[in-house]
Amino acid sequence: MTSVAAAGRRRAGLATGTVLVAKRAVLTFLRTPQLVIVGTVQLVGFLVTFRYVFGGAFGTSRGLPYVDFAVPGFIAAGVPFTLIGTAVVMAEDLRRGFVDRLRSLPFPSAAVLTGRVLADSVVLTWSLAIATLVGFAIGFRLHGSIPQGLAAFGLCLVFGLAFSWVFITLGLIAGNGQAAQGMAMLVFPLTFGSSAYVPVETMPGWLRAFADNQPVTWMANAVRALTLGDRAQDFLGHSAAYYVTYSLIWAAGIMIVFSALAVARFRRS
Amino acid sequence: MAELTIEARGLVKRFGRRTALDGLDLAVEPGQVVAVLGPNGAGKTTFVRAVATLLRLDGGTLRVAGFDVRREPEEVRRAIGLAGQYASVEPAMTGRENLEMVARLYGQPARTARAGAAGVLERFGLAGDADRLVRTYSGGMRRKLDLGASLVSTPRLLLLDEPTTGLDPRSRIELWDAIDGLVEHGTDVLLTTQYLDEAERLAGHIVIIDHGRAVASGPPAELKRRVGGNVLEVHVRDRADLAAVAAALVRPGHAAPQVDEATRRVSVGAGDGDAVGGLLAGLRAVEDAGVELTGISVRQPGLEEVFLALTGQDEVDGMPGARGKAMR
Repeated sequence: MTSVAAAGRRRAGLATGTVLVAKRAVLTFLRTPQLVIVGTVQLVGFLVTFRYVFGGAFGTSRGLPYVDFAVPGFIAAGVPFTLIGTAVVMAEDLRRGFVDRLRSLPFPSAAVLTGRVLADSVVLTWSLAIATLVGFAIGFRLHGSIPQGLAAFGLCLVFGLAFSWVFITLGLIAGNGQAAQGMAMLVFPLTFGSSAYVPVETMPGWLRAFADNQPVTWMANAVRALTLGDRAQDFLGHSAAYYVTYSLIWAAGIMIVFSALAVARFRRS
Repeated sequence: MAELTIEARGLVKRFGRRTALDGLDLAVEPGQVVAVLGPNGAGKTTFVRAVATLLRLDGGTLRVAGFDVRREPEEVRRAIGLAGQYASVEPAMTGRENLEMVARLYGQPARTARAGAAGVLERFGLAGDADRLVRTYSGGMRRKLDLGASLVSTPRLLLLDEPTTGLDPRSRIELWDAIDGLVEHGTDVLLTTQYLDEAERLAGHIVIIDHGRAVASGPPAELKRRVGGNVLEVHVRDRADLAAVAAALVRPGHAAPQVDEATRRVSVGAGDGDAVGGLLAGLRAVEDAGVELTGISVRQPGLEEVFLALTGQDEVDGMPGARGKAMR
């Protein structure tokens, strides 16, 4: 924790502010059983459904078991799903005057936003860890090296940073929690219209055109490529490095655009 | 003269086409508790948000504790504590955690924050509930905690935006007592309210605002004198008798009685003392003439009446039937 003396008086800096704001957000998450339990059950249920209900119909594609195809995509697409709550909480904090209280205090207001992003990373780490464990439990296996597997996990956290800013922006625009929830539904077309759950080759042309050119496909493919190891090139057509690079460019672009939007909106509100 | 706690000159704030502050002038002197009184939409909350550096003004100058809100917002934030009409505390944290968080955000080291939070909890009678989650608190407790959160840094100026709106009467009185306590500790207070009784109970100075401008200001007693003191209110059984009762209550040189057909009620400014006797005599005469009165009461003027008298408007917030005339 850093507290710098300004003009002979102590002042909470950006880092302290960020940690304090994040701590409150994480505590709120942990102490709201609905969020923790429902979120986890939903995650597990979703994975199990795809693996056992739809998995049989999908069969294998190009010699790859569906479970090895779907789990990495599922985890990548789980990132925006997990962070929907951020939009809702942000909108409610604004409406209830909690943001006013924070902004009336003498610490950098930016920490209200960066604290939220930090809290999102913590929550995301927890939920990705559960998804990964469940993935292994239902038969997913890593074909690449362990460092590659860890890189895939880290990559998901980077995507989380990007989506965190997207949902913060939506929350700041929405006005109330319900509206924010509605706006956050944009994750459905983004995740289902991607390579996360099914190969895009099976989609009609117009949908494939969308799927091929949106971030979740790149992110799902990057995570998939890292977990497939040597088979990535054969199965996906390009090396893991290729997908990782493109997905990072997408993540950086989203982060830059939406953090700018969020800050502009936050200053104005 | 000592530096003013708040010095607002010609404040203007527009939200789209709506003008929330329209050239507001207001001064708070050190050692004062000032109530900003006005109907919904008068600009009270906008003014408090401006003082708390939460919005950008479109015009005018605003200095708080000697610092310009535009150029030195952080100095202003260090000098103020804000408690809002929306109890802005975190329900999923305990009372103690809430206060410690705010104290840390004021820049206090962990140890100081702990001690300060414990002190505030003690002072507001929340020590026994300090480690319960705030979502289990009653509305009044939340509001007290919210007030406490604005005090962990002993601010020079406390901003209270409609501190008791939505509270039950008992919690309201408890909160008033808590606010009294602060004043004894030497904190200047600016509060907004829609209730004259609240302004009168807490503040030594009242500023009435409407449509984003200050329309009158002064000590409560003086403002009420300008309305004509207490109000005599008479209810009749038969609507047809309203005119006769109103006629009996006319006092030459004073505002005409006001008749409300819907509630079968006539009200008139009753001054401070002698006038009541004369008015009652008049009422006895109409009663003898066969008019049945179902109730007579003397009460303090409400915000509407003070407001009407001071602004000369015909209607406040859709309050029909009241004719406004300044009684000075």
